[in-house]
Amino acid sequence: MWRKLLPVALITVSVLASLAAYAEQKLSLKSVSVDLPFGDRMFPDGPGADLVNGNCLACHSVGMVLNQPALSEAQWRTEVEKMRTAYKAPIDPKDVDKIISYLYDLSHR
Amino acid sequence: MPVTALAESMVKLPLPGGPDERAITTAFPQKGALILQRTRPPLLETPMDVFDRSIFTPNDQFYVRWHWAGIPNEIDVNSFRLTVHGHVNRTVSLSLDELLALPQMELAAVNQCSGNSRGYFQPRVSGAQWSNGAMGNARWTGVSLNPVLDRAGVKAGAVQVRFKGLDDAVLPEAPKLMKSLAIDHARDGEVMLAYAMNGEQLPLLNGFPLRLIVPGWYSTYWVKMLNDIEVLDQPDTNYWMKTAYTIPDTPHASVRPGETGFKVVPINRMVPRSFITNIMAGERLQAGAPRLVRGIAFGGDTGVARVDFSSDGGKSWQQTQLGKDEGKYSFRQWQLSFTPIAGAQALMVRCTSSSGETQPDTPNWNPSGFMRNVIEQTPVVAA
Repeated sequence: MWRKLLPVALITVSVLASLAAYAEQKLSLKSVSVDLPFGDRMFPDGPGADLVNGNCLACHSVGMVLNQPALSEAQWRTEVEKMRTAYKAPIDPKDVDKIISYLYDLSHR
Repeated sequence: MPVTALAESMVKLPLPGGPDERAITTAFPQKGALILQRTRPPLLETPMDVFDRSIFTPNDQFYVRWHWAGIPNEIDVNSFRLTVHGHVNRTVSLSLDELLALPQMELAAVNQCSGNSRGYFQPRVSGAQWSNGAMGNARWTGVSLNPVLDRAGVKAGAVQVRFKGLDDAVLPEAPKLMKSLAIDHARDGEVMLAYAMNGEQLPLLNGFPLRLIVPGWYSTYWVKMLNDIEVLDQPDTNYWMKTAYTIPDTPHASVRPGETGFKVVPINRMVPRSFITNIMAGERLQAGAPRLVRGIAFGGDTGVARVDFSSDGGKSWQQTQLGKDEGKYSFRQWQLSFTPIAGAQALMVRCTSSSGETQPDTPNWNPSGFMRNVIEQTPVVAA
Protein backbone atom coordinates (compact mmCIF):
# COMPACT_ATOMS: atom_id res chain seq x y z
CA MET A 1 0.00 0.00 0.00
CA TRP A 2 2.62 2.53 1.03
CA ARG A 3 4.84 1.54 -1.84
CA LYS A 4 2.04 2.45 -4.21
CA LEU A 5 0.93 5.60 -2.51
CA LEU A 6 4.20 7.21 -1.62
CA PRO A 7 5.31 8.14 -5.14
CA VAL A 8 1.86 9.50 -5.90
CA ALA A 9 1.91 11.52 -2.70
CA LEU A 10 5.38 12.83 -3.48
CA ILE A 11 4.36 13.81 -6.99
CA THR A 12 1.25 15.51 -5.66
CA VAL A 13 3.26 17.45 -3.09
CA SER A 14 5.85 18.50 -5.62
CA VAL A 15 3.22 19.52 -8.19
CA LEU A 16 1.40 21.56 -5.56
CA ALA A 17 4.66 23.14 -4.48
CA SER A 18 5.60 24.08 -8.02
CA LEU A 19 2.11 25.39 -8.69
CA ALA A 20 2.36 27.50 -5.56
CA ALA A 21 5.77 28.76 -6.66
CA TYR A 22 4.36 29.49 -10.12
CA ALA A 23 1.39 31.34 -8.66
CA GLU A 24 3.59 33.28 -6.29
CA GLN A 25 6.01 34.19 -9.03
CA LYS A 26 3.16 35.30 -11.29
CA LEU A 27 1.16 37.13 -8.72
CA SER A 28 3.49 39.00 -6.47
CA LEU A 29 4.88 42.35 -7.49
CA LYS A 30 7.82 43.92 -5.71
CA SER A 31 8.22 47.62 -5.00
CA VAL A 32 10.86 49.32 -7.11
CA SER A 33 13.23 52.19 -6.42
CA VAL A 34 15.74 53.24 -9.07
CA ASP A 35 17.96 56.14 -10.08
CA LEU A 36 17.58 57.56 -13.56
CA PRO A 37 20.53 59.22 -15.31
CA PHE A 38 20.06 62.97 -15.64
CA GLY A 39 22.23 63.78 -18.66
CA ASP A 40 23.90 67.01 -17.63
CA ARG A 41 25.86 67.70 -20.83
CA MET A 42 25.55 71.30 -22.12
CA PHE A 43 25.09 72.53 -25.69
CA PRO A 44 28.26 73.22 -27.72
CA ASP A 45 29.58 76.78 -27.50
CA GLY A 46 28.40 79.32 -30.04
CA PRO A 47 26.27 82.45 -30.29
CA GLY A 48 23.04 81.71 -28.43
CA ALA A 49 24.35 78.67 -26.55
CA ASP A 50 23.50 80.28 -23.20
CA LEU A 51 19.91 80.87 -24.30
CA VAL A 52 19.52 77.29 -25.48
CA ASN A 53 21.08 75.90 -22.30
CA GLY A 54 18.83 78.12 -20.21
CA ASN A 55 15.56 77.50 -22.05
CA CYS A 56 15.73 73.86 -23.15
CA LEU A 57 17.53 71.74 -20.57
CA ALA A 58 14.93 71.97 -17.81
CA CYS A 59 12.70 69.55 -19.73
CA HIS A 60 15.15 67.46 -21.77
CA SER A 61 18.82 66.61 -22.20
CA VAL A 62 20.83 67.73 -25.24
CA GLY A 63 20.97 64.38 -27.07
CA MET A 64 17.59 64.78 -28.75
CA VAL A 65 18.71 68.04 -30.33
CA LEU A 66 22.19 66.87 -31.33
CA ASN A 67 20.65 63.85 -33.09
CA GLN A 68 18.35 65.95 -35.29
CA PRO A 69 19.11 66.04 -39.03
CA ALA A 70 19.95 69.27 -40.87
CA LEU A 71 16.48 70.77 -40.45
CA SER A 72 15.54 73.93 -42.33
CA GLU A 73 15.11 77.22 -40.52
CA ALA A 74 11.33 76.85 -40.97
CA GLN A 75 11.42 73.38 -39.37
CA TRP A 76 13.43 74.71 -36.42
CA ARG A 77 10.95 77.57 -36.05
CA THR A 78 8.10 75.06 -35.90
CA GLU A 79 9.97 73.11 -33.20
CA VAL A 80 10.76 76.16 -31.07
CA GLU A 81 7.19 77.45 -31.37
CA LYS A 82 5.87 74.02 -30.39
CA MET A 83 8.09 74.02 -27.30
CA ARG A 84 6.95 77.54 -26.43
CA THR A 85 3.21 77.34 -27.07
CA ALA A 86 2.28 73.66 -26.66
CA TYR A 87 4.88 72.57 -24.10
CA LYS A 88 5.04 75.92 -22.27
CA ALA A 89 8.82 76.44 -22.41
CA PRO A 90 9.26 79.91 -20.83
CA ILE A 91 11.11 81.35 -23.84
CA ASP A 92 11.13 85.13 -24.07
CA PRO A 93 9.69 86.02 -27.52
CA LYS A 94 12.67 88.28 -28.18
CA ASP A 95 15.00 85.26 -27.88
CA VAL A 96 13.16 83.04 -30.35
CA ASP A 97 15.10 84.12 -33.45
CA LYS A 98 18.46 83.74 -31.69
CA ILE A 99 17.55 80.24 -30.53
CA ILE A 100 16.42 79.22 -34.02
CA SER A 101 19.63 80.61 -35.47
CA TYR A 102 21.74 78.60 -32.98
CA LEU A 103 19.83 75.38 -33.67
CA TYR A 104 20.01 75.82 -37.43
CA ASP A 105 23.78 76.38 -37.29
CA LEU A 106 24.24 73.41 -34.93
CA SER A 107 22.36 71.03 -37.22
CA HIS A 108 24.29 72.23 -40.29
CA ARG A 109 27.79 71.90 -38.80
CA MET B 1 18.20 47.35 -39.51
CA PRO B 2 21.67 47.77 -40.95
CA VAL B 3 23.61 48.70 -37.87
CA THR B 4 27.39 48.80 -38.07
CA ALA B 5 29.39 48.45 -34.89
CA LEU B 6 31.94 51.28 -34.59
CA ALA B 7 33.37 50.46 -31.22
CA GLU B 8 31.98 48.66 -28.21
CA SER B 9 30.25 51.78 -27.05
CA MET B 10 29.02 53.24 -30.37
CA VAL B 11 26.84 52.18 -33.29
CA LYS B 12 26.28 53.73 -36.67
CA LEU B 13 22.66 53.86 -37.84
CA PRO B 14 22.48 54.46 -41.60
CA LEU B 15 20.21 57.50 -41.35
CA PRO B 16 20.40 59.46 -44.61
CA GLY B 17 22.41 62.64 -44.12
CA GLY B 18 23.19 61.86 -40.46
CA PRO B 19 23.89 62.41 -37.65
CA ASP B 20 24.28 58.64 -37.63
CA GLU B 21 26.40 57.79 -34.60
CA ARG B 22 24.80 56.77 -31.32
CA ALA B 23 26.17 55.51 -28.03
CA ILE B 24 25.27 52.09 -26.71
CA THR B 25 24.25 52.61 -23.10
CA THR B 26 23.95 50.33 -20.10
CA ALA B 27 23.34 53.22 -17.69
CA PHE B 28 19.59 52.72 -17.19
CA PRO B 29 18.08 50.72 -14.32
CA GLN B 30 16.76 47.22 -15.09
CA LYS B 31 18.07 47.66 -18.64
CA GLY B 32 20.85 46.08 -20.66
CA ALA B 33 22.59 47.40 -23.78
CA LEU B 34 20.39 49.81 -25.72
CA ILE B 35 20.94 52.55 -28.31
CA LEU B 36 20.90 55.94 -26.58
CA GLN B 37 18.69 58.42 -28.42
CA ARG B 38 18.10 60.74 -25.44
CA THR B 39 19.01 60.52 -21.76
CA ARG B 40 16.22 62.61 -20.20
CA PRO B 41 13.42 61.78 -20.57
CA PRO B 42 14.76 58.47 -21.84
CA LEU B 43 14.57 57.38 -25.46
CA LEU B 44 16.32 54.01 -25.74
CA GLU B 45 16.26 51.87 -28.88
CA THR B 46 16.52 48.09 -29.22
CA PRO B 47 19.47 47.01 -31.40
CA MET B 48 18.33 44.96 -34.42
CA ASP B 49 20.34 41.84 -33.52
CA VAL B 50 18.13 41.40 -30.43
CA PHE B 51 15.23 40.59 -32.76
CA ASP B 52 17.27 37.81 -34.36
CA ARG B 53 17.61 35.89 -31.11
CA SER B 54 13.93 35.49 -30.23
CA ILE B 55 10.55 36.71 -31.38
CA PHE B 56 9.99 37.81 -27.78
CA THR B 57 12.04 40.88 -26.95
CA PRO B 58 13.75 40.52 -23.56
CA ASN B 59 12.53 43.01 -20.96
CA ASP B 60 16.03 44.39 -20.36
CA GLN B 61 16.44 45.27 -24.05
CA PHE B 62 12.87 46.37 -24.74
CA TYR B 63 12.88 49.92 -26.14
CA VAL B 64 11.93 52.87 -23.94
CA ARG B 65 10.15 56.10 -24.79
CA TRP B 66 8.95 58.82 -22.37
CA HIS B 67 7.50 62.23 -23.17
CA TRP B 68 8.05 64.02 -19.86
CA ALA B 69 10.94 63.91 -17.42
CA GLY B 70 8.77 63.77 -14.30
CA ILE B 71 9.02 59.99 -14.01
CA PRO B 72 8.53 58.60 -10.49
CA ASN B 73 11.61 56.59 -9.63
CA GLU B 74 9.93 54.78 -6.73
CA ILE B 75 6.78 52.72 -6.89
CA ASP B 76 5.35 51.19 -3.71
CA VAL B 77 3.20 48.24 -4.68
CA ASN B 78 1.18 48.47 -1.46
CA SER B 79 0.11 52.08 -1.78
CA PHE B 80 -0.35 52.16 -5.59
CA ARG B 81 -3.98 52.63 -6.65
CA LEU B 82 -5.74 52.61 -10.00
CA THR B 83 -8.74 54.94 -10.03
CA VAL B 84 -11.69 54.54 -12.38
CA HIS B 85 -13.94 57.59 -12.48
CA GLY B 86 -15.87 59.97 -14.70
CA HIS B 87 -19.08 58.93 -16.45
CA VAL B 88 -19.58 55.93 -14.16
CA ASN B 89 -21.98 54.88 -11.42
CA ARG B 90 -19.30 54.95 -8.71
CA THR B 91 -15.65 55.91 -8.55
CA VAL B 92 -13.50 52.93 -7.67
CA SER B 93 -9.92 52.75 -6.45
CA LEU B 94 -8.20 49.39 -6.94
CA SER B 95 -5.01 48.12 -5.33
CA LEU B 96 -2.61 45.90 -7.22
CA ASP B 97 -3.71 42.96 -5.05
CA GLU B 98 -7.31 43.56 -6.10
CA LEU B 99 -6.28 43.63 -9.76
CA LEU B 100 -4.19 40.49 -9.33
CA ALA B 101 -7.25 38.72 -7.90
CA LEU B 102 -9.28 39.34 -11.07
CA PRO B 103 -9.34 36.70 -13.84
CA GLN B 104 -5.98 36.72 -15.57
CA MET B 105 -5.42 37.02 -19.31
CA GLU B 106 -2.32 36.81 -21.44
CA LEU B 107 -1.53 37.72 -25.02
CA ALA B 108 1.51 38.25 -27.20
CA ALA B 109 1.58 41.65 -28.86
CA VAL B 110 3.93 43.98 -30.66
CA ASN B 111 4.43 47.39 -29.11
CA GLN B 112 5.69 49.86 -31.72
CA CYS B 113 6.27 53.60 -31.47
CA SER B 114 4.27 55.66 -33.99
CA GLY B 115 7.56 57.16 -35.14
CA ASN B 116 9.56 53.95 -35.40
CA SER B 117 12.05 54.32 -38.32
CA ARG B 118 11.45 58.09 -38.50
CA GLY B 119 15.17 58.57 -39.23
CA TYR B 120 14.62 57.05 -42.69
CA PHE B 121 12.02 59.60 -43.81
CA GLN B 122 13.22 61.65 -46.77
CA PRO B 123 13.07 64.59 -46.68
CA ARG B 124 14.02 64.18 -43.02
CA VAL B 125 11.60 65.33 -40.30
CA SER B 126 12.06 66.42 -36.69
CA GLY B 127 11.44 64.12 -33.74
CA ALA B 128 13.18 61.11 -32.20
CA GLN B 129 15.55 59.92 -34.90
CA TRP B 130 14.84 56.21 -34.53
CA SER B 131 16.21 53.46 -36.69
CA ASN B 132 13.94 50.37 -36.79
CA GLY B 133 14.25 49.39 -33.12
CA ALA B 134 11.49 51.46 -31.49
CA MET B 135 9.45 48.27 -31.27
CA GLY B 136 9.31 45.06 -29.29
CA ASN B 137 7.17 41.98 -28.80
CA ALA B 138 6.20 40.55 -25.42
CA ARG B 139 3.77 38.21 -23.70
CA TRP B 140 1.62 40.55 -21.64
CA THR B 141 -0.11 39.21 -18.54
CA GLY B 142 -2.80 41.08 -16.69
CA VAL B 143 -6.52 41.69 -16.68
CA SER B 144 -8.98 42.67 -19.35
CA LEU B 145 -10.02 46.32 -19.10
CA ASN B 146 -13.70 45.52 -19.50
CA PRO B 147 -14.36 43.95 -16.06
CA VAL B 148 -12.39 46.79 -14.46
CA LEU B 149 -14.73 49.28 -16.11
CA ASP B 150 -17.68 47.17 -14.91
CA ARG B 151 -16.49 47.59 -11.32
CA ALA B 152 -17.23 51.28 -11.72
CA GLY B 153 -20.29 50.75 -13.90
CA VAL B 154 -20.13 52.64 -17.18
CA LYS B 155 -23.14 54.93 -17.60
CA ALA B 156 -25.19 55.16 -20.78
CA GLY B 157 -23.85 57.84 -23.07
CA ALA B 158 -20.15 57.08 -22.50
CA VAL B 159 -18.18 57.76 -25.69
CA GLN B 160 -14.49 57.38 -24.79
CA VAL B 161 -12.21 56.16 -22.04
CA ARG B 162 -9.18 58.30 -21.16
CA PHE B 163 -5.95 56.95 -19.65
CA LYS B 164 -3.31 58.75 -17.57
CA GLY B 165 -0.10 57.57 -15.93
CA LEU B 166 1.99 58.72 -12.97
CA ASP B 167 4.51 60.61 -15.10
CA ASP B 168 4.31 64.37 -15.22
CA ALA B 169 5.73 67.29 -17.15
CA VAL B 170 8.47 69.26 -15.42
CA LEU B 171 6.61 72.51 -16.07
CA PRO B 172 3.21 72.41 -14.37
CA GLU B 173 1.41 74.25 -17.20
CA ALA B 174 2.56 71.74 -19.85
CA PRO B 175 -0.07 69.25 -21.04
CA LYS B 176 -0.08 66.00 -19.11
CA LEU B 177 0.06 62.93 -21.37
CA MET B 178 -3.44 61.49 -21.73
CA LYS B 179 -4.74 59.13 -24.40
CA SER B 180 -8.27 57.98 -25.16
CA LEU B 181 -9.96 55.05 -26.86
CA ALA B 182 -13.53 54.79 -28.12
CA ILE B 183 -15.74 53.09 -25.52
CA ASP B 184 -16.41 50.05 -27.74
CA HIS B 185 -12.69 49.61 -28.38
CA ALA B 186 -11.92 49.89 -24.66
CA ARG B 187 -14.55 47.21 -23.98
CA ASP B 188 -13.52 44.77 -26.73
CA GLY B 189 -12.05 42.33 -24.19
CA GLU B 190 -8.56 42.46 -25.73
CA VAL B 191 -7.54 45.87 -24.42
CA MET B 192 -5.93 44.98 -21.13
CA LEU B 193 -4.02 46.20 -18.10
CA ALA B 194 -0.67 44.37 -17.93
CA TYR B 195 1.20 43.80 -14.67
CA ALA B 196 3.72 41.45 -16.26
CA MET B 197 5.65 41.17 -19.49
CA ASN B 198 7.40 37.97 -20.52
CA GLY B 199 6.47 36.46 -17.16
CA GLU B 200 8.03 39.16 -14.96
CA GLN B 201 6.91 42.47 -13.54
CA LEU B 202 7.51 45.33 -15.99
CA PRO B 203 10.78 47.27 -15.81
CA LEU B 204 10.01 50.69 -14.35
CA LEU B 205 10.95 52.31 -17.66
CA ASN B 206 8.41 50.15 -19.51
CA GLY B 207 5.59 51.28 -17.22
CA PHE B 208 5.74 49.42 -13.89
CA PRO B 209 3.48 48.54 -12.19
CA LEU B 210 0.66 48.69 -14.74
CA ARG B 211 0.54 49.40 -18.44
CA LEU B 212 -2.35 49.66 -20.87
CA ILE B 213 -2.06 47.15 -23.72
CA VAL B 214 -3.87 48.06 -26.95
CA PRO B 215 -3.15 45.11 -29.27
CA GLY B 216 -2.58 46.10 -32.89
CA TRP B 217 -2.44 49.84 -32.17
CA TYR B 218 0.58 52.12 -31.93
CA SER B 219 2.32 52.46 -28.60
CA THR B 220 1.18 56.04 -27.98
CA TYR B 221 -2.00 54.47 -26.55
CA TRP B 222 -0.15 51.98 -24.34
CA VAL B 223 -0.10 54.33 -21.33
CA LYS B 224 2.68 53.50 -18.86
CA MET B 225 2.42 53.59 -15.04
CA LEU B 226 -1.33 53.70 -15.61
CA ASN B 227 -3.14 54.94 -12.49
CA ASP B 228 -6.14 56.86 -13.80
CA ILE B 229 -8.99 55.78 -16.06
CA GLU B 230 -11.70 58.29 -16.83
CA VAL B 231 -14.87 57.45 -18.71
CA LEU B 232 -15.88 60.42 -20.89
CA ASP B 233 -19.29 61.43 -22.20
CA GLN B 234 -17.67 63.78 -24.75
CA PRO B 235 -14.87 63.16 -27.26
CA ASP B 236 -11.44 63.89 -25.79
CA THR B 237 -9.96 67.09 -27.23
CA ASN B 238 -6.80 67.17 -25.11
CA TYR B 239 -3.53 68.09 -26.86
CA TRP B 240 -2.29 64.49 -27.12
CA MET B 241 -5.42 63.40 -29.00
CA LYS B 242 -6.34 66.49 -31.02
CA THR B 243 -2.95 67.90 -32.03
CA ALA B 244 -0.12 65.48 -31.28
CA TYR B 245 -0.10 61.98 -32.75
CA THR B 246 -2.37 62.86 -35.64
CA ILE B 247 -1.87 61.52 -39.18
CA PRO B 248 -3.10 62.66 -42.59
CA ASP B 249 -6.43 61.00 -43.37
CA THR B 250 -4.99 59.65 -46.64
CA PRO B 251 -3.83 56.22 -47.90
CA HIS B 252 -0.71 55.18 -45.92
CA ALA B 253 -1.03 58.46 -43.98
CA SER B 254 1.01 59.92 -46.82
CA VAL B 255 1.17 63.47 -48.18
CA ARG B 256 3.62 65.38 -50.40
CA PRO B 257 6.40 67.20 -48.54
CA GLY B 258 5.24 70.77 -48.05
CA GLU B 259 1.58 69.91 -48.60
CA THR B 260 -0.83 71.66 -46.21
CA GLY B 261 -4.54 71.76 -45.56
CA PHE B 262 -5.10 68.01 -45.37
CA LYS B 263 -7.52 66.51 -42.86
CA VAL B 264 -5.92 64.74 -39.90
CA VAL B 265 -7.15 61.99 -37.57
CA PRO B 266 -5.63 60.45 -34.43
CA ILE B 267 -3.10 57.74 -35.31
CA ASN B 268 -4.62 54.32 -34.71
CA ARG B 269 -4.02 50.77 -35.95
CA MET B 270 -0.63 49.46 -37.06
CA VAL B 271 0.22 48.25 -40.56
CA PRO B 272 2.29 45.24 -41.72
CA ARG B 273 6.08 45.31 -41.53
CA SER B 274 8.96 42.86 -41.91
CA PHE B 275 12.70 42.90 -41.38
CA ILE B 276 15.76 40.78 -42.10
CA THR B 277 17.52 40.16 -38.79
CA ASN B 278 20.53 37.96 -39.64
CA ILE B 279 22.10 39.82 -42.59
CA MET B 280 23.21 43.42 -42.15
CA ALA B 281 23.52 46.13 -44.81
CA GLY B 282 26.86 46.06 -46.58
CA GLU B 283 27.54 42.44 -45.64
CA ARG B 284 29.60 40.35 -48.10
CA LEU B 285 27.98 37.02 -49.00
CA GLN B 286 29.49 34.01 -50.71
CA ALA B 287 28.17 33.76 -54.29
CA GLY B 288 26.80 30.38 -55.30
CA ALA B 289 26.58 29.06 -51.74
CA PRO B 290 23.20 28.50 -50.06
CA ARG B 291 22.56 30.99 -47.32
CA LEU B 292 19.83 31.03 -44.69
CA VAL B 293 18.08 34.37 -44.39
CA ARG B 294 15.60 34.99 -41.60
CA GLY B 295 13.82 37.73 -39.77
CA ILE B 296 10.60 38.90 -38.20
CA ALA B 297 7.26 40.14 -39.49
CA PHE B 298 4.02 41.39 -38.02
CA GLY B 299 0.66 42.03 -39.64
CA GLY B 300 -0.22 45.25 -37.79
CA ASP B 301 -3.65 44.82 -36.28
CA THR B 302 -4.00 41.28 -37.61
CA GLY B 303 -1.85 38.23 -38.25
CA VAL B 304 0.83 37.44 -40.81
CA ALA B 305 -0.52 35.56 -43.85
CA ARG B 306 2.75 35.32 -45.76
CA VAL B 307 6.21 36.77 -46.03
CA ASP B 308 8.01 36.93 -49.39
CA PHE B 309 11.70 37.46 -50.02
CA SER B 310 13.52 38.94 -53.00
CA SER B 311 17.27 38.84 -53.66
CA ASP B 312 17.09 40.77 -56.94
CA GLY B 313 15.75 44.11 -55.76
CA GLY B 314 12.09 43.13 -56.03
CA LYS B 315 12.00 41.68 -59.56
CA SER B 316 11.14 38.19 -58.33
CA TRP B 317 9.76 36.97 -55.00
CA GLN B 318 9.85 33.67 -53.12
CA GLN B 319 7.50 32.71 -50.33
CA THR B 320 9.30 32.10 -47.03
CA GLN B 321 8.61 29.54 -44.34
CA LEU B 322 6.83 30.98 -41.29
CA GLY B 323 7.74 30.10 -37.70
CA LYS B 324 5.43 29.36 -34.79
CA ASP B 325 2.23 31.37 -34.60
CA GLU B 326 2.10 33.05 -31.18
CA GLY B 327 -1.13 34.89 -31.94
CA LYS B 328 -2.14 37.50 -34.45
CA TYR B 329 -0.61 40.48 -32.64
CA SER B 330 2.83 38.88 -32.20
CA PHE B 331 6.04 38.99 -34.20
CA ARG B 332 6.32 35.93 -36.42
CA GLN B 333 9.66 34.59 -37.54
CA TRP B 334 10.22 33.73 -41.21
CA GLN B 335 13.13 32.04 -42.96
CA LEU B 336 14.34 30.89 -46.36
CA SER B 337 17.49 29.46 -47.90
CA PHE B 338 18.66 31.29 -51.03
CA THR B 339 21.74 31.22 -53.21
CA PRO B 340 23.28 34.65 -53.81
CA ILE B 341 24.39 35.42 -57.37
CA ALA B 342 27.68 37.32 -57.76
CA GLY B 343 27.37 41.09 -57.66
CA ALA B 344 25.68 43.85 -55.71
CA GLN B 345 22.05 43.31 -54.86
CA ALA B 346 19.27 44.49 -52.58
CA LEU B 347 17.65 41.91 -50.31
CA MET B 348 13.99 42.70 -49.66
CA VAL B 349 11.27 41.21 -47.52
CA ARG B 350 7.55 41.83 -47.77
CA CYS B 351 4.77 40.95 -45.32
CA THR B 352 1.16 40.37 -46.31
CA SER B 353 -1.28 40.44 -43.41
CA SER B 354 -4.21 38.08 -42.82
CA SER B 355 -6.52 40.83 -44.01
CA GLY B 356 -4.66 40.95 -47.35
CA GLU B 357 -2.74 44.16 -46.72
CA THR B 358 0.76 44.13 -48.25
CA GLN B 359 3.70 46.43 -47.49
CA PRO B 360 3.99 49.13 -50.17
CA ASP B 361 7.07 49.46 -52.40
CA THR B 362 7.23 53.23 -52.09
CA PRO B 363 7.80 54.95 -48.74
CA ASN B 364 5.05 57.05 -47.19
CA TRP B 365 5.80 60.59 -46.01
CA ASN B 366 4.15 62.86 -43.45
CA PRO B 367 5.57 65.74 -41.41
CA SER B 368 5.53 63.75 -38.15
CA GLY B 369 7.42 60.75 -39.49
CA PHE B 370 4.68 58.27 -38.53
CA MET B 371 3.69 54.82 -39.79
CA ARG B 372 6.61 53.89 -42.02
CA ASN B 373 6.00 50.44 -43.49
CA VAL B 374 7.66 50.46 -46.91
CA ILE B 375 9.37 47.21 -48.01
CA GLU B 376 12.83 47.62 -46.49
CA GLN B 377 16.00 47.01 -48.51
CA THR B 378 19.27 45.50 -47.32
CA PRO B 379 22.10 46.13 -49.80
CA VAL B 380 24.70 43.32 -49.93
CA VAL B 381 27.52 42.20 -52.22
CA ALA B 382 28.05 38.56 -53.16
CA ALA B 383 31.42 37.37 -54.46
